[in-house]
Amino acid sequence: MKPFIKDIKLHFVTLLIFGIVFPLIIWLFSLGEPTSAFGNPIYKNGKIAGFENLGQNFHSDGYFWGRPSAVNYNAAATGGSNKSVSDSFYNATIQERINDFLKRNPGVKKEEIPSDIITASGSGVDPHISVQAAIIQIKRVAKARHLPEMEVTKIVIENIAPPLLGMFGTSKVNVLKLNLSLDSKTKEI
Amino acid sequence: MFNDIIGVVLILMVVHIAAYPLGNYISRVFKGEPVFTDFMRPFEEKIYHLCGIDSRHEMDWKGNTKALLRLNAIFFVWAFIILVTQGATGFLNPANIVSMDPFLAFNTAASFVTNTNLQHYSGETGLSYFSQIAVVVFLQFVSAASGIAVFALLLVGLVKRQSGLLGNFYYFFVRSATRVLLPLALLVSLLLLLAGTPNNYSEPVSYINLEGDTTVVAMGPSATITSIKQLGTNGGGFYGTNSAHPFENANYITNVIENISILLIPVALVFTFGFYINHRKLAVLVFSVMSMLFIFFVVGAVYFESQGNPLITKTGLMQPTGSMEGKETRFGPMLSAFWGVSTTSTSNGSVNSMHDSQTPLAGGIYMLDMMINAIYGGVGVGMLNFFLFILVSAFIGGLMVGRTPEFLGKKIEAKEIKIAVLVILLHPILILVGSAISSHLMTINPENGWLSNDSYHGFSQMLYEFTSASANNGSGFEGLADNNVFWNVTTGLMMLLGRYIPIIGPLAIAGSLASKNSVPSSEGTLDASGMAFGVILIGVIIVVTALSFFPALSLGPVAEFLSL
Repeated sequence: MKPFIKDIKLHFVTLLIFGIVFPLIIWLFSLGEPTSAFGNPIYKNGKIAGFENLGQNFHSDGYFWGRPSAVNYNAAATGGSNKSVSDSFYNATIQERINDFLKRNPGVKKEEIPSDIITASGSGVDPHISVQAAIIQIKRVAKARHLPEMEVTKIVIENIAPPLLGMFGTSKVNVLKLNLSLDSKTKEI
Repeated sequence: MFNDIIGVVLILMVVHIAAYPLGNYISRVFKGEPVFTDFMRPFEEKIYHLCGIDSRHEMDWKGNTKALLRLNAIFFVWAFIILVTQGATGFLNPANIVSMDPFLAFNTAASFVTNTNLQHYSGETGLSYFSQIAVVVFLQFVSAASGIAVFALLLVGLVKRQSGLLGNFYYFFVRSATRVLLPLALLVSLLLLLAGTPNNYSEPVSYINLEGDTTVVAMGPSATITSIKQLGTNGGGFYGTNSAHPFENANYITNVIENISILLIPVALVFTFGFYINHRKLAVLVFSVMSMLFIFFVVGAVYFESQGNPLITKTGLMQPTGSMEGKETRFGPMLSAFWGVSTTSTSNGSVNSMHDSQTPLAGGIYMLDMMINAIYGGVGVGMLNFFLFILVSAFIGGLMVGRTPEFLGKKIEAKEIKIAVLVILLHPILILVGSAISSHLMTINPENGWLSNDSYHGFSQMLYEFTSASANNGSGFEGLADNNVFWNVTTGLMMLLGRYIPIIGPLAIAGSLASKNSVPSSEGTLDASGMAFGVILIGVIIVVTALSFFPALSLGPVAEFLSL
């Protein structure tokens, strides 16, 4: 019985250190970074309109679209499709997405579509798309917003995030930020 | 392509530059030699004093094993009670998460106590904030410390002569936690915070997005969990999608920090082995064998992932970076594949992409990696597993040169080899019997709704789940509907067996070796650090895993690959 009591004591001592004090210390640290500790919210007219690193479900013609999401961009229960490359239903889904995309983006050729815009992300809330996936949507967005294509192209180029230090990772576009700057520029005009 | 490779090289470089001195440091911590963290000593003495523990009291292998099992049993009971009452107590639970059902709580408690972190719940909907810190974070520290402590006991056994005593489990347990895990976790959490990882205890935020739809976002103390989750080869994330979630792995920098943390301690412990037994050449050999297999797997997984999905290639679409299903744009296929090999090598189990959606042979490589379960391996226990391979190799090598097999000057006899072989065989038995039973149940009742994929990949989903449970890895082909009685109970039991038997076995061997006298080496002795021994070692690893697992792998990933 005696060693058992020792172990129960050790359990509660380590629980206090690692389960309570450690999280408390990190929480105190995080008070120094209040914005990013809260997930970098983006405000519009004083209200939260999104989080910098969380994708949103854009579906209208006037907004750039993000990648397909297995959970419909539900940031309260994230998830991927968990479909294998060989699954028969999955390949039907891909075909459907390609057809949809071509239908709603007239003028885009199949060979111009990059795979990221028709495949679901891992988290279901991927905030980014590839640069190519943004470029092939310019025509549709410009038409829906009655803007010259050059104007929209300029906004896209401004929103390209280059690789870190020019060498790590790929160039990509944050869809929420792109659409926000699109919204603000459209008002100016 | 170049941009991705340079990231992988950077991670590998930092890991290897940092692991060597860290390995030396851990060895000194084990030996009680002066180190820069000695200011912690009064604090540790206080812990021993409070609990009435005599940290200098040496115990034999049985005494140490009992201490480990008792302490872990208490952790288990604690976790189970908190999980089944989290909704009723409502403590630190702003999202109003309900209590867990007992089967899921059994699985979850077993999962975190065994350093597995297989998650049959989804973090943002399954656990209260209190459970996240008092069960998940707590157990991620102490289960990792338990693993490192048993490795220290093994090292004592290798060095001791004619005594049978292996030191004190509590001493190694406390020191591993306070001097290795705690400082590193503080550092990594701080870096993750600075790099943009959220950390708060806020209730879920509801907002109206640009399209005018209402959206709810789960918040939480992500930076607190993410550091120790990676460092302790735990892998259980705050969010359901683990390190694919932008709140758990925000950008390229956090990804690099996390991937380094996955590999750091497991690699360092290989060097600790060399420093502690004062046989650095042997450690270099072990390290080279592990790294060779690791690099081989990285090259394979990266190759298959960067080729893209062959069926999408047929449709004529562009796949400039590779297969993108289940991947995040900010990481891309290459960093996802590298992470996949890192996480399955080290028994970590966190993911930054969905392994279920990776190309067939990349998924097969991850399974093979977990089947070997000793390429670096989980903190502490990875080296225990590898030690068994070393022992069997030394035995076979000894027989080949016609001498009594010995290792580090100790005779290896039938008793040790029997234990080693039985423990090595446990892993394939658990995985293959489990997969056979689940496949049988699928056959008699195909409508049970377990599998999200048809055909060969459906079999792979079940094989992966059992492999992950038995290897104490914790990643999954997450399309498997695993939150039901069958999967919760079978994988729960498997995690417990797959954790404690491969600990008890090597400790028994260590106890037996510690009681032996050393025999002076002579000309005929097989040099354990030589090339010849390395070749035998690789041969043993390949033969053991190939013979046991290749039939199963052919039915799953290989058949799927050939069917494309």
